Amino acid sequence: MSKLISIEEAVNLVRDGDTVMVGGFLAVGSPHRLIEELIKKGVKDLTLICNDTSFVDHGVGKMVAAKMFKKIMTSHIGTNRETGRQMMAGETEVELIPQGTLIEQVRAGGFGLGGVLTKTGLGTEVAKGKQTVEVDGETYLLEKPLRANVALLFAEKADEKGNLTYRGATRNFNTYMGAAADIAIVETQEIVKVGDICPNEVVVPGVFVDHIVLGGSR
Amino acid sequence: MMDKQKIQEFIAKRVALELRDGDLVNLGIGLPTLVANFVPEDRNIHFQSENGFIGLGPSPHEDAIDPHIVNAGGMPVTINPGGSFFDSAMSFGIIRGGHVNTTVLGALQVAENGDIANYMIPGKLVPGMGGAMDLLNGAKKVIVAMEHTNKGAHKLLKECTLPLTAMKAVDLIITEMGVIEVTPEGFVLIEQNPEYSIDEIKAATGANLIISDALKLMM
Repeated sequence: MSKLISIEEAVNLVRDGDTVMVGGFLAVGSPHRLIEELIKKGVKDLTLICNDTSFVDHGVGKMVAAKMFKKIMTSHIGTNRETGRQMMAGETEVELIPQGTLIEQVRAGGFGLGGVLTKTGLGTEVAKGKQTVEVDGETYLLEKPLRANVALLFAEKADEKGNLTYRGATRNFNTYMGAAADIAIVETQEIVKVGDICPNEVVVPGVFVDHIVLGGSR
Repeated sequence: MMDKQKIQEFIAKRVALELRDGDLVNLGIGLPTLVANFVPEDRNIHFQSENGFIGLGPSPHEDAIDPHIVNAGGMPVTINPGGSFFDSAMSFGIIRGGHVNTTVLGALQVAENGDIANYMIPGKLVPGMGGAMDLLNGAKKVIVAMEHTNKGAHKLLKECTLPLTAMKAVDLIITEMGVIEVTPEGFVLIEQNPEYSIDEIKAATGANLIISDALKLMM
């Protein structure tokens, strides 16, 4: 069965109040068409999990500008002044998370782990209120898994089973977020028949992908 | 006196001399990015871009830009032959796992015990830490490349007053005034830019500055 759905069907899977994971690093490897259509639909009170909040006029940054988030969990907001403004004004809750911790929390959420232990963030504000764990005399911070209702992802190419391939630096968070969400929607530049992607070249196996939509412009 | 651009290039040139042939190096945004321009020709350095590749190459010509190949600051770059692309879990496994030889970062403040603050000024500037906390904890050697003061205000301090990015993480500080090692005894000046007197460098440092017995001139 093909996992291909229309953009309208995809957008209707995102509901007010959902937690959404969005792939991309400064909008490189983001699902731009899904983002545009979600803004048109006007979904609200979302919680965002994304590496960064991009730029105010690009990628997930446009959703910030459209005030679609009540909470943002991210490693960097410095390229989007609107995120900082909303945070300072108390309009949007922003939780800053070290990038390497954020991807591991997503990975843990998708892969059945109860969390990850890392030295990153020890002795900083990131560690406040969190448990530390000692292993063989070394102290680590316990970072808990993250999950989402929907993951909005990008791939260069997908087959109808959802096997994905990537080019360049577009993999970033896209390869793990699908596992950590109840519904994983992948926007791709090209959809091919089953068998047209060599199994050796699959980066993300289709088992993590629920739906595919065609899009994938910059 | 050097202007800002000259100061930045001077610092970047000196940082480049710290890199060893074959090293995997991660450069922060801003001044540290300039270091790549000054690597001595006899050294083959592999640069990591934490958004997902090793083999970071120079900026492409405008007609050769690939929108899917950008550096961690979002600027179009290239990937060198022998490079590789990967996802963020791999990228930060490389970083946290101690596989990066050297990272070069800027800083707002560095304390004499190696504490560093470089990701926020509460109430004013809150860009976020990005990958900096992981790099500071995971890289084998941490070099801070920055101007010695912020328009005269001390950045090298007994203790940081801003929220820390990492504890006891910094190994070496390179500024336009000199090269400073972070040791168990505190800051040790090991190289001096002869444009500045020892008294001037001490006055620009907000902590005790030990002068190395083996003090050299910078460059």
